[in-house]
Amino acid sequence: MSEPSARLDNVPAPVISATALTKTYKDMNAVDGISFEVAPGESFGLLGPNGAGKSTTMRMVGAVSTRTSGDLTILGMDPNAHGPEIRAQLGVVPQQDNLDTELRVRDNLIVYGRYFGLPRAEVAKRADELLEFAQLADRSKAKIDDLSGGMKRRLTIARALINEPRILLLDEPTTGLDPQARHILWDRLFRLKELGTTLVLTTHYMDEAEQLCDRLVVVDKGRIMAEGAPAALIREHSSREVLEVRFGSDRNAGAAAALAGIGDRLEVLPDRILVYSSNGEEALVEVTRRGLAPITSLVRRSSLEDVFLRLTGRTLIE
Amino acid sequence: MSGLTAAGARSRRWGAWYVAEHKIRQMRGYLGTVVATAIGTPVLYLFAFGVGLATLINGNVGPVPGISYLEFVAPALLASAAVLVAMEEYTFGILLGLKWNATFVGMNASPISPRQIVNGLMIFVGLRMVVTTVIYFVVMVIFGAVHSPLAAMTIPAGMLAGFAFAPVAAYAATITEDRGQFAILQRVVILPLTLFSGTVFPLTQLPIFLQWIGWLSPLWHASELGRQFAYGPTEPIWLTVTHVAYLLALGILGWQLCVRNVARRLNK
Repeated sequence: MSEPSARLDNVPAPVISATALTKTYKDMNAVDGISFEVAPGESFGLLGPNGAGKSTTMRMVGAVSTRTSGDLTILGMDPNAHGPEIRAQLGVVPQQDNLDTELRVRDNLIVYGRYFGLPRAEVAKRADELLEFAQLADRSKAKIDDLSGGMKRRLTIARALINEPRILLLDEPTTGLDPQARHILWDRLFRLKELGTTLVLTTHYMDEAEQLCDRLVVVDKGRIMAEGAPAALIREHSSREVLEVRFGSDRNAGAAAALAGIGDRLEVLPDRILVYSSNGEEALVEVTRRGLAPITSLVRRSSLEDVFLRLTGRTLIE
Repeated sequence: MSGLTAAGARSRRWGAWYVAEHKIRQMRGYLGTVVATAIGTPVLYLFAFGVGLATLINGNVGPVPGISYLEFVAPALLASAAVLVAMEEYTFGILLGLKWNATFVGMNASPISPRQIVNGLMIFVGLRMVVTTVIYFVVMVIFGAVHSPLAAMTIPAGMLAGFAFAPVAAYAATITEDRGQFAILQRVVILPLTLFSGTVFPLTQLPIFLQWIGWLSPLWHASELGRQFAYGPTEPIWLTVTHVAYLLALGILGWQLCVRNVARRLNK
């Protein structure tokens, strides 16, 4: 099976550089002075809840939304001056699929390839390769409306690869997909990553960020709260393990007082209490020793969700 | 670096044509309807007006001596057909691309600029109007509504009429919620313009206080323009020049406003 080829030749480092990037709508700062760099071949993520400014950032990086202030260069070019030249080398997977429902599956790839000035024969060849890659070869004549959500997503990704992009931008790539479809998609994205494609993705799923990102920024209210590799962020902002105990919603607050001093830190949520500790089992022993009887208890490793909670006091998905 | 900046060069030059190519591919899905409409409309209208209605008119004599009613009405009917095609794309074509089947958003993520998207749509409308008006003209010939080769100029005149409705496209690009605006536009603006535009009877038949509708109407200007070539001249040359200038001015204004509005809409 043929693979979309990576293009790492002649790419300036970093491929994306944003400094104090800001986007202001009438009365609000959707993106409020964020700075980051993405290296060639890197897989970079923006993790944050809905409305954090991730999609707006992606549109600015995608050279379709004009920044209000700050500096931004993509592949060494300023999108204000070189929009078409930048977009010629990007692959974009938007949050909402915008496949052409009036065209069949394969024709969607063909018309899109033409936008990059590719000859018809070349586009046809790549379309067939990409349908293989997206596991849609047997659907090439299907109507878009007859595809499942996961298939549409894969077709959108295939479409984004038709110009052999240097950078692939994915805005919430698996939102709304069932677990199986998500895993198929992750597998495809992981393969691209192995081939050296630079990936930039936004997500509000911590597992997705952990799976796909070499490095990420945690974004909230248009600002960057933290930056680093997933494991490093967890190490830095959370304990190794977390004990989750539930006492029922009316007893939660009272139990929290009795738990004081166990572990490094407590986080009281409406439905449960999180006890941050290097050893969750020991913390649980201490809880029972104090005579508290949680309805359920669970010991797990810290995740990016905990990092986000620590940094913002809120959960990612509300 | 030069390799990187050269990447979008072909798209910068040919982008609008790629957009038109996309629209043509879309049309394959409903090509049968397009062809049937393009042939059926002139046959029905020319038969109804030129053969049916003409029998009620005193000896099938048009308002101009020596010219049959069919010859009088045909250039206007051809122009109306072009307007119908243009209106369809300027309304639904725009809102489809921006909202219902957001292909413009996808195009804009590629090297294609908003201006090229609108230009591509304009090219496509032009092509559709060529097909429609040429077929119309052939049917006119078959019905005996044409007596001079110059009458073929009714084709570009009709296309100018369609182009002059480009301000509708600019308006469509500002619509975010569909609340039946197009239906209202059709009934309140387009239908009266068609009825009072000297299409099936001369504008001068109307009382003077209604004639201004015709003077504003692209359809009146295009119909009169076509008639000058089909059997004219029936008017002073300055008026003929005014027809062309007025239609071009409206079209260019609407086209540029449409580019501006689509660009604003896509640059969120």
